[in-house]
Amino acid sequence: MATKTQEVEAKGGQSRHRSLGLSDDQALRIYEVMRLARAIDERMWLINRQGRAPFVISCQGQEGAQVGTAAALRPGHDWVAPYYRDAGVILWFGMTAKDQMLSFFARREDPNSGGRQMPGHFGSRRLHIVTGGSPVATQLLHAAGVALASKQRQEDAVTAAYFGEGGASQGDCHEAMNFAGIHKLGVIFVCENNGYAISVPQSRQMAIQNLADRAAGYGFPGVVVDGNDVLACYEVAGQAVERARRGEGPTLIEAKTYRFTAHSSDDDDKRYRQAEEVAIWRQKDPIQRYAKYLRESTTLTDPVEKEITERVDQQVDEATEYAEQAPDPTPDDLMTFVYKQGTVS
Amino acid sequence: MPQKTVIEAIREGMDEEMARDPSVFLIGEDVGQRGGVFLASDGLYKKYGEYRVIDSPLAESCIVGVAIGAAINGMRPIAEIQFADFIAPAMNQIIEEAARFCYRTAGDFNLPMVIRAPWGGGVHGALYHSQSIEATFAHIPGLKVVAPGTPADAKGLLKAAVRDPDPVLFLEHKRTYRLVKGEVPDGDGVVPIGKADVKREGKDLSLIAYGLMLTYCLEVAEKLAADGISAEVLDLRTIKPIDQAAIVATAKKTGKVLVVHEDTRFAGIAAEVMAIIMEHAFDALDAPLMRLTGPDVPAMPFNHVLEEAFMPNVDRILAKAKELAAY
Repeated sequence: MATKTQEVEAKGGQSRHRSLGLSDDQALRIYEVMRLARAIDERMWLINRQGRAPFVISCQGQEGAQVGTAAALRPGHDWVAPYYRDAGVILWFGMTAKDQMLSFFARREDPNSGGRQMPGHFGSRRLHIVTGGSPVATQLLHAAGVALASKQRQEDAVTAAYFGEGGASQGDCHEAMNFAGIHKLGVIFVCENNGYAISVPQSRQMAIQNLADRAAGYGFPGVVVDGNDVLACYEVAGQAVERARRGEGPTLIEAKTYRFTAHSSDDDDKRYRQAEEVAIWRQKDPIQRYAKYLRESTTLTDPVEKEITERVDQQVDEATEYAEQAPDPTPDDLMTFVYKQGTVS
Repeated sequence: MPQKTVIEAIREGMDEEMARDPSVFLIGEDVGQRGGVFLASDGLYKKYGEYRVIDSPLAESCIVGVAIGAAINGMRPIAEIQFADFIAPAMNQIIEEAARFCYRTAGDFNLPMVIRAPWGGGVHGALYHSQSIEATFAHIPGLKVVAPGTPADAKGLLKAAVRDPDPVLFLEHKRTYRLVKGEVPDGDGVVPIGKADVKREGKDLSLIAYGLMLTYCLEVAEKLAADGISAEVLDLRTIKPIDQAAIVATAKKTGKVLVVHEDTRFAGIAAEVMAIIMEHAFDALDAPLMRLTGPDVPAMPFNHVLEEAFMPNVDRILAKAKELAAY
């Protein structure tokens, strides 16, 4: 079994997406979902700063790692257990701008939680998106359990579990990888390593450079990938998914990336990182980088870019308008669904 | 009807549910080849194989977290915590995750899963093999907490727990495992969650208990009868949701209530039972509500003198009941 950590280098020149088996339409679809995730997030910040909604937590900067890995899965068949930044993942799995905005405004119609949870706490049984809470890394064990059920029923569904490098410090991360390794479960563990857990840098989170090195200790491969290179993320995720579907067990993917915003709308990142550092990473924006590639490969043209921009803007505008006017829950809603059947007993 | 022990009834309950429904499986430490440290799953590994009776790593959060994941994906896991005392590493998964899934998704997700845990003292188990955990978990909305005291109730409530759509903490008093024998009906014999049971009718006073204390209270009632005192014994069976109607009914019937548990006193189940009676049966009371409980010390010591000093027993319950009767 290969357990050595690999570092995947981008390669392939102007037809990389085709060499990965992606059609031009699929490559553009990935681009559009990245753009949509970014546009929704930017709109949320605007509305938050205008005082019209209390809280934002962002995907910005991590869309490449998110959409690239999710695009290797089969929505509706496979499962994801996202963490709170994974707007790109859940949009790929079928959530919409409207769903996102209903959650942002905490409306009754919010499909994730009926306005009960903060934004970023995604969940949909129908879409195979495992509901998340706020304590980190708990979802990694849930992903192992979802994959165990697939194995018990001899189904080939793959489960992708997402987390940050901060979450990797939790005991549940170890317990999940250990269990998944023992039973060769069909899980891919995707760490979006953005360098900071709120303010604490990676160097105070772990003594190693690459989290992926830990995979060897669980008996499965670990891969480091440039998280701002969406096609590289797609490639390594594709290999991990194939391995999982063959019943050969988990893979740990460490996508090195960066968050452009503060931890949340209530954080001030100037207290712990330099503006220069943020500026350097903004030069590596996964969306701009991918757009550049798509243009160079003549997949993205001006008219197509214009269409995409119009579609994204329209979705965000309509979603915002709809959600802001959508009704709040009623006080009676406080008491429902403590248990599956009806109200508080 | 055949006489069985509590542990036999639990084993039979699991076996029958696993035979009935292929989505039911067991996961826990030593539950496989070993059959569990108390032999609750003896023979099941051989019968159902390694993916229906899973020997977990020695990690309680893993046991519960994986069970949650399996329940998300169509299975009905029974997660065994080897001793209730070791449940603490899984509390994040139980409280923040399992108990909140349905509420935090407005009913989109629900978790049909059982967490079995042997609890209670009187077995020289010391601080970490004797604890009572029911009050801690009964405080958490979204969980159901069950604590049967007889073989028939253990089997019937286990079946109800496995079939329930929500997470159920199923507490098995380890002293009762082989001590308490009783008739267990053939067939399903499902006992509904949330229903207390009058185990002995009486008119002068009420003893309310669960788990091992039920057995002690029944003995006490027998002794009281010899003194001409008629004691009713109400077995809560389910701690949460608690059977308020049954508690109020017995309080109104006898006007005198003693609540007994071995869990520590402060904010214990007795306090909740007494509050229910004060709210709904105050006018019917002929004496102050009384409780006999374990003391507010961290847990039960190993030394037998200290263990006996901790545990409520028949003599102490009898003395307290006589005090109540004489009021």
